[in-house]
Amino acid sequence: MNWTLALPEIVLAVSGLVILAAGVLMRKEEAFLPSATLSVAAMIVSGFLVTTSSSGFGYGDVFVVDAFARFIKLLVIAGGVASITLSIGYSDGKSALPFETPILMLFSTLGAMIMASSANLMTLFVGLELSSLSIYILCAIERDRVEAAEAGLKYFILGSLASGLLLYGASLAYGFAGTMEFAPIAVEINGAGALPVGLVIGVVFIVVGLAFKLSAVPFHMWTPDVYQGSPTPVTAFMAGAPKFAAFALILRVMMGPFGAMSPRWQLLIEVISALSMLFGALAAIPQRDIKRLMAYSSIGHMGYAMMGLAAATPVGTRGTLVYLTTYLVMNVGVFGVISAMRRRGREVTTIADLAGLGRTNPAMAMVMAICMFSMIGVPPLAGFFGKFMVFGAAWNAGLYGLVAVGALSAVIGAFYYLRVVKVVYFDASVAPFDKPAPSIAFVSAAMGLATVLFLLALGPVSEAAGAAAKALVG
Amino acid sequence: MNDAFAQIGLGPFLTVGAALLVLGVFGIFLNRKNIIIIMMSMELILLAANINLVAFSAALGDLSGQVLTVFVLTIAAAEAAIGLAILTVYFRNRGSIQVEDVALMKG
Repeated sequence: MNWTLALPEIVLAVSGLVILAAGVLMRKEEAFLPSATLSVAAMIVSGFLVTTSSSGFGYGDVFVVDAFARFIKLLVIAGGVASITLSIGYSDGKSALPFETPILMLFSTLGAMIMASSANLMTLFVGLELSSLSIYILCAIERDRVEAAEAGLKYFILGSLASGLLLYGASLAYGFAGTMEFAPIAVEINGAGALPVGLVIGVVFIVVGLAFKLSAVPFHMWTPDVYQGSPTPVTAFMAGAPKFAAFALILRVMMGPFGAMSPRWQLLIEVISALSMLFGALAAIPQRDIKRLMAYSSIGHMGYAMMGLAAATPVGTRGTLVYLTTYLVMNVGVFGVISAMRRRGREVTTIADLAGLGRTNPAMAMVMAICMFSMIGVPPLAGFFGKFMVFGAAWNAGLYGLVAVGALSAVIGAFYYLRVVKVVYFDASVAPFDKPAPSIAFVSAAMGLATVLFLLALGPVSEAAGAAAKALVG
Repeated sequence: MNDAFAQIGLGPFLTVGAALLVLGVFGIFLNRKNIIIIMMSMELILLAANINLVAFSAALGDLSGQVLTVFVLTIAAAEAAIGLAILTVYFRNRGSIQVEDVALMKG
């Protein structure tokens, strides 16, 4: 057996435990910076191991490493590193986060990586729970803020309900397919004629549980409250790692075992995608809080990313993966700017607070404007290429209605993104923000730059995504 | 499959599991009073899945269902601990654990 397949995960798990033990031994106020730095270092090492890892099945066929798993893992790690770096700057101010924050982000990333590599319902469930349980704690980690506690409570209740339904679905799928492994389930499905009803019900439950983690309509109701209430770096994290992992699983299940029966689930995914895009665009219009706005924006973006899955082709899968990459880059950029929104050490989060940023802090304003234009999908920024690829894939698959809905909601969405840009550049300034912490300034500048220069990385990224899609569809 | 199990069959076990699932889901959505009751309902959902897993495992003569059950029990304990901790934090800030009071953020 090749135990080195899980080496990146093992390294991450062991270093997480060691950092936790070291943090407990240090004085509380001094522990944050070392634990954050060490967590970032561990994640970078683990990311390096991911790039060098070999492909194959391991651990009694419950764990799979292929180009697809590697792609998702690198995305997840990138999101985790960026969020931890943001949390370093965020914690400088008055509302200091405890030193467990980066370590919990590390464990949540670990869970997401296990999900990306799962080839078995058991691995899927354990990875999902490791990822989710860490995030429940992260939401409520600012213990003295009632909004954070409420966000944690809401996410906990709805998240555990979704995990419970997913587990129930997994139990049905296990019973009616007779096995927990994805590959034999695929044989069961593609084999003898009629599908057992229990298996179909089980798979529907599993998809519902994962759609909840993605915050796709109609399982989105927790997103705005939880995004608004959680500490900003945690929100940035939630918009990344867990969603990529959930997408990885949906893609793996739908394009793998269920690939052959795509005409039967395509309509379902189309409806979810169209509803998410429209809802994300329409519900964001009346929002006043920038974090809430980003919650609706993320619902919409998940809809666009699902478009590639609805196409049910390798090109569509490639489009989805590229879309997720561009989403990561521009989303972290925006959350970098949001983390820097402080006046005299106190966090402010309404859109009106951004007024006059173009004069008081031109660099931050520039990053915000770039990311907003990228979210609209203006060429040649990152967001354009993601949208271009999923729209193209859906068009080639003959989903003209879905493309029309997507184009419509992109136009509606442009309204609220442009309104933010207008507030930043043309409204009279209230008062300047505090000078942003170096780590926050670094992350936002880097992501702004990456959004602009994504064109240069497009070739390698789409090539890697193409290889990942090929590994999945076979 | 052993004799006692063969006499009863899979049906009753799955029925109990489905009944527990429905009870759990209704407990979450119909209950308008206390958050502790929601957490009890969540445990019911996990137990429903566990009953299914053990029953299928016995019927199929395959151990992996029971292995997952042990994992689920562990995870359920961790989940309950985290849930109660979050609830305690919430109660200290808000002074109430009524469901209707969990509505600071809206829109």
